[in-house]
Amino acid sequence: MAQAWRKDIGFRAGTGVFALLLIGIVGAIGVELTLQSMKSINQFGLDFWRTEIWDPVAGEFGALPFIYGTVMSSLIALCISVPLSLGIAVFLVEQAPRLVARPIGFLVELLAAIPSVVYGLWGIFILAPVIRQYLGPPFERLFGWTPFFRGPVTGIGLITGGLILAIMVTPIISAVVRDVLAAVPGSQREAALALGATKWEMIRVVLVNGAPGIAGAVILGLGRALGETMAVTMVIGNRPEISLSFFDPSYTIASAIANEFTEATSDLYLSSLVELGLILFFVTFVVNGIARFLVWNVTRKTGGVGRAA
Amino acid sequence: MMAVARVDQMRKSISAVMTTGTAVCTFAAVGILLVILSHIALKGVGSLNFRFLVDAPKPVGEGGGIGNAVLGSVVLLGLSSAIGLPLGIAVGIYLSEVGHGRLAGGVRFIVDTLTGIPSIVTGVFVYAIVVLPTKHFSAFAGGVALALIMVPIVSRTTEEMLKLVPHSLREGALALGAPQWRVVLGVVVPAAASGIATGAILAVARVSGETAPLLFTAFGSRFFSTDLNQPIASLTVQIYNYAISPYDEWHAQAWAATLVLMTLILGINIVVRILTRRRF
Repeated sequence: MAQAWRKDIGFRAGTGVFALLLIGIVGAIGVELTLQSMKSINQFGLDFWRTEIWDPVAGEFGALPFIYGTVMSSLIALCISVPLSLGIAVFLVEQAPRLVARPIGFLVELLAAIPSVVYGLWGIFILAPVIRQYLGPPFERLFGWTPFFRGPVTGIGLITGGLILAIMVTPIISAVVRDVLAAVPGSQREAALALGATKWEMIRVVLVNGAPGIAGAVILGLGRALGETMAVTMVIGNRPEISLSFFDPSYTIASAIANEFTEATSDLYLSSLVELGLILFFVTFVVNGIARFLVWNVTRKTGGVGRAA
Repeated sequence: MMAVARVDQMRKSISAVMTTGTAVCTFAAVGILLVILSHIALKGVGSLNFRFLVDAPKPVGEGGGIGNAVLGSVVLLGLSSAIGLPLGIAVGIYLSEVGHGRLAGGVRFIVDTLTGIPSIVTGVFVYAIVVLPTKHFSAFAGGVALALIMVPIVSRTTEEMLKLVPHSLREGALALGAPQWRVVLGVVVPAAASGIATGAILAVARVSGETAPLLFTAFGSRFFSTDLNQPIASLTVQIYNYAISPYDEWHAQAWAATLVLMTLILGINIVVRILTRRRF
């Protein structure tokens, strides 16, 4: 009897050790990235965040072009993906018959199964030429007088990265919004319909009810877009300069690390790249924390299981 | 009366337009998926043959294949599964069966955090803890990086699958006098085994497409290798290197390698979906 009890302690402690190990790993990521970027932190301090120059030859490193490119490409992605994802989720939860919703929903989820590097390949050889020849020029003719659509349109640039990201985060956002909408009680829908609301007016009631969860889904998508690497690296042009035009090449934090890490010749260069990784780590940590909090609050009430993996 | 009728008409029209709009959104997304998949199939099938699958890469103009990359991916996935699956399943068991209160909440939060960490950051971390001390890129480092990405996915699905096991099963076993470790390992885990296995397979499929964390851990290689201490090739890194190269022949090979990778990933996803139709 006593022996069985002792084994129980061992079992609980055993799994507990693995759980603690996981906490240790996340802590170690933060600590290790900080240690490895000390050289850059000591050298540049807070100036790292607001310097626009990235010149490995001269040994000058500033993160601003990457921060700009990361934020802009993610915002472009969200502007396209959020309405699209809301439409998909509403269609699958509120409109489509179950028999149709399941296979269609699975197909949308398959978009998330395509690896980043495959999106990048498709972006280079299919999307970029399409933008160069068909999508870009009309915009340039109509809006070329604004700084945002100034040519030339090469097909490789901020807008291409944003579009690819939009496709990549759509399955993630729509999956979470689907869970959130499914967690809104049916009585809300019945009440709206009973008051004579049309189908769309009823859907609006449901959307307002799920608003915090939907916000969480969007922020979750943002977190994914900020850290997405390969696809963006392959189509965004990788030029560390801030340019207002969406058609111009840009650079993101993640793509700078992917592209330059193995080429970093000096310790300071490598340390600056690690500091970029540290920034990305903290930003995605905070962004995901906020998103989880918002999504949990909505789906937990009804016991829905978040599919937001 | 007329005005009311007109407002009603208006509301109905808006409703019709918006509900059609949502359908358009959905079919646009499905359309994009089909366009991407058909491009991969059409552009990839041209350079695909048996020699391509088993040969090592050769200089431009001489053909060559992805045999070493396929082997490398198998080695990397095997190594990461060996590290990541036991760890992930153990944490899943902890979350579902052992942990309570604050600590379990904290662990769950950490699992979610780990899911959200960009894979390139995982790569930098593994570079710092494995590549820097050993002073060279290695298959081992790549396997560790992939394992770190695998762990949160596996522990999440394990926890969910264990929670689906009815409480009466645990109570029955406990009532028969079984200690907790026997209840969990002998009754609860076997009851959820197929679900846990499914989650594990999906996690392997997921990391098989990872590129960023391998760039400066496993690095890549143009030779056949199974040595864990040496840099090793992988399908994804090879696709990346070929895609950004200036050679048309390598571009064609990148598409063919992508077709191989996508067949594997989609195959796993679809088979799992069909087998588990009732559960997911």
